[in-house]
Amino acid sequence: MNSSSVRKIRIGNTPADGGTRASSIEVGGESCLPYHQFEGIMPCKPVIAWEIPDVRPDDWCETVKDPYRELLGDPVGWARYVVEKHGARIICLDLRGARLDKENRSAAASVELLRGLLKDVKVPLIIKGPGPGQKQNEVIAACAEAAQGERCLLASAVGEEYKTLVAAAIAYGHLVVAESPIDVNLCKQLNILISDLSFPSDRIVIDPLTGGLGYGLEYTYSVMERIRLQALSGDAMMQMPFINFVGGEVWKAKEVKMPAAKEPMWGNERERGVLWEVATAVSLLYAGAGILVMRHPAAIAVVEKTIENLMKNG
Amino acid sequence: MKLTGLQIFKLLPNKNCKECGFQTCLAFAMKLAAKQAKIDACPYASPEAKETLGAAAAPPIRLVTIGMGERAVRIGEELVMFRHEKAFFHKTALAPQVDDLMGREEILARLREVCAFSVARAGENLLLDLVAIKEKSGAPEKFAQTVKFTAEQCLLPLVLVSKRSACMRAALESVGSSRPLLWGADGNNADEMAALAKEFACPLVIEGEGVEALAQMACRAAEKGVDDLVLCPVSSGAAGRLRDFTLLRRHALSRSLRGSGYPLIMSASSKGYEGAVAAVGGICKYASVIVLEDPAPWTYFPLLTLRQGIYTDPQKPLQVKPGVYIIGDAGGNAPLLVTTNFSLTYFMVSSEVEASEIPSRLLIVDAEGQSVLTAWAAGKFNAEVIAKAVVAQELAASVPHKRIIIPGYVAMISGDLEDKLPGWNVMVGPQESADIPAYLKEVWARATA
Ligand code: B12
Ligand code: SF4
Repeated sequence: MNSSSVRKIRIGNTPADGGTRASSIEVGGESCLPYHQFEGIMPCKPVIAWEIPDVRPDDWCETVKDPYRELLGDPVGWARYVVEKHGARIICLDLRGARLDKENRSAAASVELLRGLLKDVKVPLIIKGPGPGQKQNEVIAACAEAAQGERCLLASAVGEEYKTLVAAAIAYGHLVVAESPIDVNLCKQLNILISDLSFPSDRIVIDPLTGGLGYGLEYTYSVMERIRLQALSGDAMMQMPFINFVGGEVWKAKEVKMPAAKEPMWGNERERGVLWEVATAVSLLYAGAGILVMRHPAAIAVVEKTIENLMKNG
Repeated sequence: MKLTGLQIFKLLPNKNCKECGFQTCLAFAMKLAAKQAKIDACPYASPEAKETLGAAAAPPIRLVTIGMGERAVRIGEELVMFRHEKAFFHKTALAPQVDDLMGREEILARLREVCAFSVARAGENLLLDLVAIKEKSGAPEKFAQTVKFTAEQCLLPLVLVSKRSACMRAALESVGSSRPLLWGADGNNADEMAALAKEFACPLVIEGEGVEALAQMACRAAEKGVDDLVLCPVSSGAAGRLRDFTLLRRHALSRSLRGSGYPLIMSASSKGYEGAVAAVGGICKYASVIVLEDPAPWTYFPLLTLRQGIYTDPQKPLQVKPGVYIIGDAGGNAPLLVTTNFSLTYFMVSSEVEASEIPSRLLIVDAEGQSVLTAWAAGKFNAEVIAKAVVAQELAASVPHKRIIIPGYVAMISGDLEDKLPGWNVMVGPQESADIPAYLKEVWARATA
């Protein structure tokens, strides 16, 4: 790697590295703008993480619940299904059930679920906590310990609360997502703060905060381009790959839910909804996304294919 | 490229005769560089100097107009590679396609879809821009008929797609005066197509493989007197397209390749999701026109929403004017809701209030065009700001019930706001605007029963 490339990071430890994952995943490493392989190298292709909520996601809209009907209350079965049937290479376990406004599940319950998942499903994992101020530290710390040595990606270090999460990642050998709200300087500042805790830079992934299509996507798009340009010009504190939590932003929008019967111009709502997720994800790929956290299998299939096409040397 | 004062000075006669109104040629050159003087002021400047300066002043990417009148489409004149450097200006034009092997009914069905398409979003009407008509029959007569029929049915400017100059001529005899875009010229027919473009004064697409070769073809067409050109690099796959479009845009902006300074066109040939994905790539990365060869109607809204986002000025979010907006026949008893002046926020909230069919008033405060939570986090939408707006609008007089509904996402300011607005009752509305109709029908109705 030269000094003006994005860092390459690895998620998941196989037995050779002291973990139990059947495979690991690498992202980052590019020395050029996204897919500019005519003037640099892009050794790793971006990857899509399948979002699996720990509790039945009653707030998901029908279009995106449909493909998972029988699995909605069974996260481990759900994860197995996407790995076996759809070839998922990485899973994002969303511990939303621990939120106070959801089911306020205990850290112990999260740990039990995680253990089951680690046993049954052998792809690398992203573990997403309930969010700042929401028992985040307690839940993530407990899960980090339970997944010791697996090199999971812990989400997210944010605001003042980043220290506990980073400490857990140091103690148990994981990676962290550094989240900051759509701002170049805040992004850099958080990366510096985390590095100041002696956390290695090649274990940080940037979450620039995602606005869905029609809800601030263009802000995310531009801040990612700015961060990436700065990274390629040699700024070591910006050289981390990006993660974008796409599914959650997209599937709450009115535009993915509205039935065509009510808004005929908008067209068929199922396909429109899937395309809403696809269009958000693909724009972010052009801006440099490394990991896209997504929900709908049809959208994921289209984006996977798009990645293949963009990675072919044109 | 911008010339420096010194570069301009070298082009001047160095007579220091002062006729331009400046003491020396150098002083004049400095003013020229700062765009505070015009070269015409120097009577002795050589034609070459004038041309060099003129070329340097022209936009790096030519502005090309397709069609005429109100719905004419302007493309080109872009100035940057990345939207954060300034902004992207002339929106990617989308051109759904029909062809001359389709039946009349089929054509009509698509045209109806395309011409009637209009969705209001964040203060803009999202519309499709062009209709492309592709010649597949090989028969000039048939192509001409299809083009004529399409032009009669639909007022949008046209893109005529044929490599056969006989077909193109036949079509132009009926619609040539409406300035359609001709697509076009390639390595085999370039001279004939250029002649047609010139005769009918239409913009012309030049298609060719390899960025340098394509630019050379463009130079040839320009020498033949066709100035309004659009380039179509023939690329393989999404990666190849990205490469060629990026290189052409770079060359154009840095003026490092003669013949590259024109807008770019591409075709999204696949159906459904894949066609839409190609269009997403084009909207993000430098396509000025995208022909949608086989579009599904549900692709239009997402694509136009993306285009709206990518082409808004990143320095200046779309805003509405602060003030009190009356929705429906709202009297004194009508509910009063408050939100920010971010266009998207305003339009989402006002459309839901309208949908509720309960006449209401909407207080829009100046939050510098930011969304509710962004503005709250930046201290631009808090109790103080809202209280000031309520006082400034003298709402105590016109709102006898003294109730104000705030967005659910800023529930935390309700106590503070009650302190700042003595006598007022602050009600916390739902978080998502979609829930406003139910809220007004139930919670509001109960509270005021
Ligand atoms: C795009 C965006 C930006 C853009 C600004 C876009 C704009 N013009 O506002 C930029 C990049 C500039 C930005 C900046 C910042 N942002 Co910002 N941003 C976002 C983002 C991604 C989307 C916001 C958006 O456009 N939403 C869409 C609009 C329509 O939503 P809305 O206004 O809330 O309206 C909805 C509801 O509130 C409701 N509603 C609205 N009005 C009313 C009224 C009534 C009566 C009712 C009942 C309902 C209702 O209806 C709408 C639809 O449901 C969000 C995160 C996210 N994914 O949502 C963060 C977010 C809002 N930003 C955040 C922050 C912290 C910031 C910054 C302070 C960061 C910083 N320090 O630089 C700055 C502040 C700006 C500044 N320094 O001046 C935080 C706020 C967190 C918090 N709770 O404090 C968020 C939530 C991200 C996060 N999770 O950290 N941001
Ligand atoms: S008029 Fe021309 S030659 Fe005379 S001083 Fe001005 S620039 Fe120089």
